[in-house]
Amino acid sequence: MTHRTDIRFILNGRDIALPEVGADQTLLDFLRLDQRLTGTKEGCAEGDCGACTVLVGRLGPEGLGYGPVNACIRFLASVDGCHVVTVEHLAGRDGRLHPVQQAMVDHHGSQCGFCTPGFVMSLYALWMQVAEPTEAQVETALQGNLCRCTGYAPIIRAAQAISRYGTPASDHLMVERAAITARLAALGDHRRVVTGPEGNRAILPADVDDLAECLLEHRGATIVAGATDVGLWVTKFLRPIGPAIFTGHLDEMKTVVQDGNSLRIGAGASYSECQEMLSRHLPHLAAYWDRIGGWQVRSMGTVGGNIANGSPIGDTPPVLIALGADITLRRGDARRSLPLEAFFIDYGKQDRAPGEFVESIRVPLPGPEDRNAAYKISKRRDEDISSLAVGIHMTVTGGTIRNARIAFGGMAATPKRATAAEAALNGQLWTRESFEAAARALTEDFTPLSDWRASSAYRMQAAQNLLRRFYLEHDAATAALVRLEAF
Amino acid sequence: MKDAVSITGSAHTDRIHDSAAKHVTGGADYTDDIALPEGALHAYLGVSDVAHARLLGLDLSAVLAAPGVVGVLTAADIPGTNDISPTGLHDEPVFPTETIQFHGQPLFAVIAETRDQARRAAELAEVSYEPLPHALDPVAAQEAGYPYVTAPLTLERGAVAPAQEDAPHRIKGRMHVGGQDHMYLEGQIAFAIPGEDDEVSVHCSTQHPSEAQHMVAHVLGVPSNAVVVNVRRMGGGFGGKESQMNLFCVVAALAAKKWGRAVKIRPDRDQDMTATGKRHDFVIDYDVAFDEAGRILAVSGDFAARCGFSADLSGPVTDRALFHADNAYFYPNVRLQSHPMKTNTVSNTAFRGFGGPQGVIAAERMIEEIAYALGRDPLDIRKANFYGGPGRDVTPYHQKVEDNILGRLVDELEASADYRQRRAEIIDFNRASPVLRRGIALTPVKFGISFTATHYNQAGALIHVYNDGSIHLNHGGTEMGQGLNTKVAQVVAEAFQVDFERIKITRTTTEKVPNTSATAASSGSDLNGMAALDAVHQIKARLVTFAADKWGVAPEAVLFRPNEVRVGADVLSFDAFIRAAYMARVQLSAAGFYKTPKIHWDRARGQGRPFYYFAYGAACSEVTIDTLTGEYRVERTDILHDVGRSLNPALDRGQVEGAFIQGMGWLTTEELWWDKGGRLRTHAPSTYKIPLASDRPRIFNVALADWSENRELTIKRSKAVGEPPFMLGISVFEALSMAVASVVDYRECPRLDAPATPERILMAVTRLQGGR
Repeated sequence: MTHRTDIRFILNGRDIALPEVGADQTLLDFLRLDQRLTGTKEGCAEGDCGACTVLVGRLGPEGLGYGPVNACIRFLASVDGCHVVTVEHLAGRDGRLHPVQQAMVDHHGSQCGFCTPGFVMSLYALWMQVAEPTEAQVETALQGNLCRCTGYAPIIRAAQAISRYGTPASDHLMVERAAITARLAALGDHRRVVTGPEGNRAILPADVDDLAECLLEHRGATIVAGATDVGLWVTKFLRPIGPAIFTGHLDEMKTVVQDGNSLRIGAGASYSECQEMLSRHLPHLAAYWDRIGGWQVRSMGTVGGNIANGSPIGDTPPVLIALGADITLRRGDARRSLPLEAFFIDYGKQDRAPGEFVESIRVPLPGPEDRNAAYKISKRRDEDISSLAVGIHMTVTGGTIRNARIAFGGMAATPKRATAAEAALNGQLWTRESFEAAARALTEDFTPLSDWRASSAYRMQAAQNLLRRFYLEHDAATAALVRLEAF
Repeated sequence: MKDAVSITGSAHTDRIHDSAAKHVTGGADYTDDIALPEGALHAYLGVSDVAHARLLGLDLSAVLAAPGVVGVLTAADIPGTNDISPTGLHDEPVFPTETIQFHGQPLFAVIAETRDQARRAAELAEVSYEPLPHALDPVAAQEAGYPYVTAPLTLERGAVAPAQEDAPHRIKGRMHVGGQDHMYLEGQIAFAIPGEDDEVSVHCSTQHPSEAQHMVAHVLGVPSNAVVVNVRRMGGGFGGKESQMNLFCVVAALAAKKWGRAVKIRPDRDQDMTATGKRHDFVIDYDVAFDEAGRILAVSGDFAARCGFSADLSGPVTDRALFHADNAYFYPNVRLQSHPMKTNTVSNTAFRGFGGPQGVIAAERMIEEIAYALGRDPLDIRKANFYGGPGRDVTPYHQKVEDNILGRLVDELEASADYRQRRAEIIDFNRASPVLRRGIALTPVKFGISFTATHYNQAGALIHVYNDGSIHLNHGGTEMGQGLNTKVAQVVAEAFQVDFERIKITRTTTEKVPNTSATAASSGSDLNGMAALDAVHQIKARLVTFAADKWGVAPEAVLFRPNEVRVGADVLSFDAFIRAAYMARVQLSAAGFYKTPKIHWDRARGQGRPFYYFAYGAACSEVTIDTLTGEYRVERTDILHDVGRSLNPALDRGQVEGAFIQGMGWLTTEELWWDKGGRLRTHAPSTYKIPLASDRPRIFNVALADWSENRELTIKRSKAVGEPPFMLGISVFEALSMAVASVVDYRECPRLDAPATPERILMAVTRLQGGR
């Protein structure tokens, strides 16, 4: 079958077919510069402010689903087969304001107005999922939207009032759902897409087997999943990324299933896509997961990408290493598995051969005697990169600690286990003294850096105190008194 | 009676922001959204990667050879003066020729067919330089013997030294107060269109169109009448677009004239944050003497500021820090000294509060010190020191405080926030809670309103009434989200007694109102509202004369009623009345003007009345900290704020809420961090963290003091609102401080610098616990 060479999608109400799309072209530039849809704003070009929020709808196994994304770091080629909805599409066909918009107007939700289209889009996405959200749900939905004027209170009030202005059922994305679904289905031809000029080629494999093949053909290619990191290579560092192989459209990579005593997470599953299964099977990760990026980043970024990119401050490796996760890498038809911690060799160096890709992650599920925790420390609670993060796992049988697995991010050049602290705990009694010994041992495990996120001294002290917190939190006498989130 | 009918959008009503519907639909045009003329080019700045160096050479051949590049601009291309210092000190070149003064300083601009091409090409310059030693912060600058960037100020009253020596108690301390990036969501941007002869027209996002106009003229070497600067709206300003837009306007205008094509310049967020100024950080040394009752006897304070490489607005900023170092408190003997230090960093600039917040936080720290030293509730110490009572009403700058309402305002907030009861409960809670600790603080603010540069306190407006009865409103202020246009239009609607919708609010342009002041110092409505009202009064006076004459009635019998005019027994619709006036050749246009009365300031003597009046407010915040990690949460904030008789309570409340959150951000999560080489490493929202929705206090009660009325004759007896509530965020900082102090049973005032990041909280806890 010959490759397709154009990118096809629906933009608001129109079908778009672009004969040539370079790997590094962003959706935002396309909207603003080519289409003159200037309602979508550029605030930071790094996926942190949300002024460029648009909705991207895609046909998955469970039908058409819309998620908010940052158009600034979303590559244009990756919206192939999708429905892109911008703020210009919201007002009614009669020109009347959309319920989200009218609520924002009536509650004084805008001041300078520059962030406002992005807020409108995030609130729109939320309203479609939860018509009458709680304040906490609104806050979680708005973690990826910065406003510098209002202090947010009027926006929250607006968010909770939207349903007084209309119901999601009568919203036009809902009303036109079947028609859009049919149009999107007609776009999908299950062919590999190869587009863009030599040197800036964008490749969208037809399926996972084709991905494996593409990677053998282009061993040095940039693999782009959610683009929440690669996007910045382009917008911030002006780095060429071609040829780039996109994986965000591959449903087979997105499955999250229980497999015996494990959870198997497709490397292409976005943070949002695995949230429900993770929260169900690993409840200690639920609150932690909500602190990864903002909603836009969670609906784009993938667990596999977070691992493969090798950052020492990625949110998922510490907590997954602590749970004893392993990953499966694939090259052509050959697969190999290794413990997640072994994947991280050194700063910027991972155990991934040219042509190889991370296919899935297997996370063993804890047993009844296991105690688990996931902690993240950052300057700002939400949508911040961790100063340090830790996953802690241990089995406590008859008052004795076994199997301690403690993995930190932000404490070394890679996500790394605290082996001395683990050794200090294993075989010891579940007592405050055991944890004091483990805290002391941490100084053998790590010599953290000082940077703009935290000083070395703070990182070490906070790391030690997180072990203390773990003890207090899991001890019946003190459990209720320890965590800000808990009361 | 028809009088029951009223107009829409009258003054003192909750009129919605005039652009709200455009904001939510994406239909509001910002500068980057304006369609470019054919053939438009794009500029981008090439910047230094060293903090201080002798510039030896600039090889731009690779830049010029890059794809799409049309040319470059260097200092050699400047036909006029290579200087954009807003105070005329001639210390801020557009592009330096001899010395690089900070990491990220613009050295040249590249002009290309697309912005992407210009941006890529700008990376290709070969800069040769000889590094020089650098000083990044005020302490290092003082140690290195760096000069002041501008003349310092001393405020003095009474005899400090004897009062200190005789005092029963005396505490000296030092506090570092961090700066703040504006983080307006819309970055700096300008685009210039060349005109005939020496003319050029600039669209940009500035709070100060007249200054941008004068700078462009100055750099181009043309008279100001050749330059037009236009601003429809800004996506946030906060002071960051007062003088900082000048560079971008000048570069766009230079390139537009050189190549005869429209040129747009928009830096990316990183360049915006590294190449433009911020709130000044300060190192404050205070020395406070007090009696057993906690009454302050004497204060001396030294305020050293990181000003950056040039003066910019550092003079008036550091002055205002001193003007507010008393906050709400009477100092019987006082000596305050500013130290505006030159540093090898970007030149710091205006930011909401303009130095005032750094002064206020010093006052509040001194109060806290006294309270901990005496084992008292800090609120009692605050009250004991409020201005008021015989002989206790003079500020360190010798202005009398005549309008103090803090007694009533604080009492009301104390009651509505249930401060005493909650403080007692918090102290109980802390006794029983080993890890989590709470704190509560109620802090007041008194903020002086007027530009301290007296000549800035003037404004103009231009109103046309067209012969169909529609009204065109223009004034010298700029709209940055604060709702200025809405408020001024409300004033005009009420004065004419016409519906708000009849008034078209138009972009700010130097063509319509000349010689305007920056929309700054919270003065926008005060000044421009009065100027617009003056224009309305002129037109109405002509209309009354016309009607009295034509209908043969007394002028008092001509009455403007909602959307109509009564002349004696006749009633005309406003449209018909205006039509009649037009047919009778009445001039239906007027330029209004206003200057603030009563104010004067002698800076050399440190005496005068720099402020027309004061705005007041108070906030009570409660926090919980985690003493294991330093993480915290703001549990509840109650605010009572004074805006006089509000022109628009909904917009004013929005200002109060937004300012509080921004002030809280300044003192909590927003940290500017330079590495040793002078490179700012918190340079975008990924690394610089402003508050999110989830950082709001869990309970947030905000009220305006609806009984307050400005005792001065301001516009409709309202008060300025932009800056004063910013300082309400200090309540969060002091509440955090109390939670920290709980670990030693409140026996000691914690050494806590700002911003109080989780790290600083944990370090303060650890220090009090004697290390671990």
